[in-house]
Amino acid sequence: MSNISQTLEKRILVLDGAMGTMLQRYEFSEEDFRGERFKDYPTSLKGNNDLLSLTQPQAIADIHKLYFEAGADIVETNTFSGTTIAMADYNMEDLVYELNYESARIAKKVAIEFTNKTPEKPRFVAGSIGPTNKTASMSPDVNKPEYRAITFEELRIAYKLQVEALIDGGVDLLLVETIFDTLNAKAALFAIEEVKEDRQIEIPIMVSGTITDASGRTLSGQTVEAFLTSISHIPLLSVGFNCALGAEQLKPYLQRLSNETEFYTSAHPNAGLPNAFGEYDQSAQQMQILIEDYLQDGLINIIGGCCGTNPEHIKAIADVAQNYQPRQTKVVL
Amino acid sequence: MDSTDCKKYLTLSGLEPLVVTPESNFINVGERTNVTGSRKFLRLIKEEKYDEALSVARDQVEGGAQILDVNMDEGMLDGKYAMVKFLNLIASEPDIARIPLMIDSSKWEIIEAGLQVAQGKCVVNSISLKEGENEFIRQAKLVKRYGAAVIVMAFDEVGQADTYQRRIEICERSYKILVNVVGFPPQDIIFDPNIFPVATGMDEHRLNALDFFNATKWIRENLPYANVSGGVSNVSFSFRGNTIVREAINSAFLYHAIQHGMNLGIVNPTMLEVYDEIPKDLLQHVEDVLFNRHDDATERLLDFAETLKDQKKDDVTKVLEWRSEPLQDRITHSLVKGIDAFIIEDVEEARLASSKPIEVIEGHLMIGMNVVGDLFGSGKMFLPQVVKSARVMKKAVAYLQPFIEAEKDGKQEFAGKILMATVKGDVHDIGKNIVSVVLGCNNYEIVDLGVMVPPERIIEAAIDEQVDVIGLSGLITPSLDEMVYLSKAMNKENLTIPLIIGGATTSKAHTSVKIAPNYDHTVVHINDASRAVTVVGNLLQKNNKVYKAQIREEYDKFREQFLTRGKRKEYISIEAARQHKFQIDWNATNIMKPEQLGVQIVDDFDITTLEAYIDWSPFFRSWDLHGKYPNILTDTLVGEQAQDLFKDAQDLLKRIFDEKLLKAKAIFGLFPANTVNDDDIEVYDDDGNVKATFLSLRQQLKKREGLSNIALADFIAPKDSGFQDYMGAFCVTTGFGTQELAQQFEADNDDYNSIMIKALADRLAEAFAEYLHKDVRTKQWGYAKEEILTNDELIKESYKGIRPAPGYPACPDHLEKTTIWNLLDVEQNIGVKLTESLAMWPAASVSGYYFGNPEAKYFGLGKITEDQLKDYAKRRHISEDEARKWLNPNLAET
Repeated sequence: MSNISQTLEKRILVLDGAMGTMLQRYEFSEEDFRGERFKDYPTSLKGNNDLLSLTQPQAIADIHKLYFEAGADIVETNTFSGTTIAMADYNMEDLVYELNYESARIAKKVAIEFTNKTPEKPRFVAGSIGPTNKTASMSPDVNKPEYRAITFEELRIAYKLQVEALIDGGVDLLLVETIFDTLNAKAALFAIEEVKEDRQIEIPIMVSGTITDASGRTLSGQTVEAFLTSISHIPLLSVGFNCALGAEQLKPYLQRLSNETEFYTSAHPNAGLPNAFGEYDQSAQQMQILIEDYLQDGLINIIGGCCGTNPEHIKAIADVAQNYQPRQTKVVL
Repeated sequence: MDSTDCKKYLTLSGLEPLVVTPESNFINVGERTNVTGSRKFLRLIKEEKYDEALSVARDQVEGGAQILDVNMDEGMLDGKYAMVKFLNLIASEPDIARIPLMIDSSKWEIIEAGLQVAQGKCVVNSISLKEGENEFIRQAKLVKRYGAAVIVMAFDEVGQADTYQRRIEICERSYKILVNVVGFPPQDIIFDPNIFPVATGMDEHRLNALDFFNATKWIRENLPYANVSGGVSNVSFSFRGNTIVREAINSAFLYHAIQHGMNLGIVNPTMLEVYDEIPKDLLQHVEDVLFNRHDDATERLLDFAETLKDQKKDDVTKVLEWRSEPLQDRITHSLVKGIDAFIIEDVEEARLASSKPIEVIEGHLMIGMNVVGDLFGSGKMFLPQVVKSARVMKKAVAYLQPFIEAEKDGKQEFAGKILMATVKGDVHDIGKNIVSVVLGCNNYEIVDLGVMVPPERIIEAAIDEQVDVIGLSGLITPSLDEMVYLSKAMNKENLTIPLIIGGATTSKAHTSVKIAPNYDHTVVHINDASRAVTVVGNLLQKNNKVYKAQIREEYDKFREQFLTRGKRKEYISIEAARQHKFQIDWNATNIMKPEQLGVQIVDDFDITTLEAYIDWSPFFRSWDLHGKYPNILTDTLVGEQAQDLFKDAQDLLKRIFDEKLLKAKAIFGLFPANTVNDDDIEVYDDDGNVKATFLSLRQQLKKREGLSNIALADFIAPKDSGFQDYMGAFCVTTGFGTQELAQQFEADNDDYNSIMIKALADRLAEAFAEYLHKDVRTKQWGYAKEEILTNDELIKESYKGIRPAPGYPACPDHLEKTTIWNLLDVEQNIGVKLTESLAMWPAASVSGYYFGNPEAKYFGLGKITEDQLKDYAKRRHISEDEARKWLNPNLAET
């Protein structure tokens, strides 16, 4: 594998766009989600996008392909909800290893095809590690502020399983993303460090937080700088933000992050803010202009899209990103 | 500021970050949420009164604690349960969770349980070599993996370090293991080299304080980036019951410990005397003990303490003693000691003795707060104490407020609106609050955004609130960078609001060198609150242009001096600069020959055409109404005023148009041209004879790799390239008639319209320049025939080619105007004259060049050095002295 850090020194890398947005285009039915294998599964499975890696692997591979064709250097595995905690909604905890392993393999296979075609532009696979659907530092019950629906220990065990499967499936790096509670992310990072130590391996880690609104804080209340401080104990490849906001709204926080960190920076914003119908209608051209603004200010090393973005957006981003130098990381004295 | 790029500072976080820098003074750890140190807290936890326990934590934060120590080590408690429950509760209280936590336990399982529920970066208190290296390494690895900093006790397998030698040996051994074996970041290590009681009467304790001081110093000098902390109250343990002596010992010990390098500490602020307030004789005795200066130092202190005990019996007399001092001393005493019991009484006395209530704030209270500021600045007062002082100050001001309001006769018209903020990452707001109070008392409306304010919020509030001035404060070094970011961001947002910089680490040097160049408008540094009123007053005057220009000039000069003093290598020679000229690939350039070569005169142009080309925003700005046209007309605050003004302007404009009060004239010429000798542009007549030579100046500032040293000549093809290029020159005026009209208005005592006509004429001249440039681009030269731009896009200069003007950044050389005047015969043709100092008359005129190359862009020349000056004088055929006179503002000091 070509060293991703070396590549990052030379140019801005492009991450893919939304998986969910692309899967919606297929309009898969309950039966499509189930496939042959889960025909008689007791729970409803429609909406379990991660499962499609097993039941509709071609669709997943095609989406990865479209993003690589659009110019992405890195695609994310279809494993955003691939933990025992999130899969509990579908009673599919036992499938977690297989889901992650297969998703990683699908993405890796496509990546290798593209790398072989153009070895000067190596393609990478990032194992997507989502936040789960529970928060470790907030209570879901207003009347019991000391209560927690999930503990650090439970998160650590769940994440460890996901990380092991992703690595076994061949991912090049890990992406802990959409972090709305820093404590969840710390548990994921703790698990990754354990796997690294157990297996005596190194693997690059990207961390991407989520600033929920104009308060400029994570859902769990941390400022940009506090968030950064809380996750910087692990040697990271990059730190950045994704989701919740469009490129325009995200910019001031990205600027602050870029000022403060010596890691590479990443961003994969949404295609603007959702309209009254909950749809993202920012066009690729509109988003390109906003992203170019990041590039002009030298804020970014890795850039991609989150909710509402598709290969057109990624192409527009990739087109403009190649005209700019990557952000210069500060040198530690 | 490269020093802050270095992240080797202890950095912690709750919901907000805490960076421990050398400027942080001293980080105060709140210790009342510790069951081993507070009986009250223990009782609350035992009785499961967590609500009240939370308010203990809240009091600590409000009282100035920067880290919160939580300890649940008590035999009768389920420590793990209590720790998790209390930390979970804190997590749902943002005003407490703001600051980082110190998880304090002698049991590893309690520490780990605490770490598992904290999202921020905590401090573990503590680990040590007590149980041997293996356990130490195991715990340290986990601490690192959980993302916490750690306190390391000077303790090993043999026991607690109690001598200087043992302290440094254990700390060094711990440090080496942590850094080399565990890979622990050294800045995340905090040593606790053990604070033991002094004056115990036992000989082996005589060096307790001194050994701590020296060990601290040794650690800070020999173990890079490591920090030192300690529990201070322990040092005075043997004086339990004698509060005066105990507080004096704590205070003196803390003062000296900090001088020796202790940068964090667990201190109970209520058990601390202000160092300078310790009676001199007592301090002498205490320091004799701390530094072991006499064999019988302890005995002497004990004897002396006895006499104090007697004194203490009549507390009342002691209190009354300072009450009989002069008024100012009493007020200062209350502020320094944070006593609010008498402040109203004293302030009332001061008010009755003053002619205006405001004088009490500006006089008595400010004098007292300055003492507080000095003590804090010199490390003799600590944050919690200063917070108390600020509270007393607030109380005093609140009392005076109604009297000040009453003086205003109910008039609520403010003299201006000032935004105040302590920048992101900084919590120090004393200076900012003092300035706010002083300005507020001088009838300015204050919009106080508080502390830790991110730049985008400052900008947003400045726009929303239509403030007149932005005041930024900061005490720590990284705040300086924040101010730089903000100034850049303000410029990007096209703000024009003056910026005032203040706070302990700020300086005129930093302001002029690092901040002012980023912002095209006024930036002033103020080093004390008393100057704020004058500066703001001057900035908000109607005719403040002169004042603003003076400031700009003063700062430019200061910067220049500062830079040349420090680094002469900032500039490269003119030869080298020419090597780095702006490159245009002439072979790939499609040079367009102008449709119409030669000089054309536009006499008596229909001035009404220009209305659509007016950029109104600067017009409103010239009347101190800030905002963008047309939004300004519907602005909630100034909208009405803006509409009135706009209507008056329209009325006068209509009169100008209807009665043809002003005349618009222009002249321009387009010529074959080529660059020769790098920096000169020859302009030719139809037969190829040189008609004029423009001399351009070249940037000499040393640039980053890949950036050019630009001169205007770079935008014209060199003669030896073989390509025939073209350029233009112009002058427009709408000024004829202005002076007559202004004089008429003045004669009628109508100053308003007198200013109005000048402001309008200026706008029309700019509009004419814009119109003519467009006409040249699309028709006369015709290189941009398809161009369709709105007025907004014109204002934003989105067109191809440039029209730089002599006297402006790209070409500061006013002498170039004489060349234009000769080339076009401007005065003869349209009557615009050049004064002795080469200003244009009438004033509402614009002149400049036209460059048509799509790569041509506006730039600032910056400073040039002596070699270019000499070269220029030769090219211009004038003496060096004369050249120096004209180019003086652009000469780098040598």
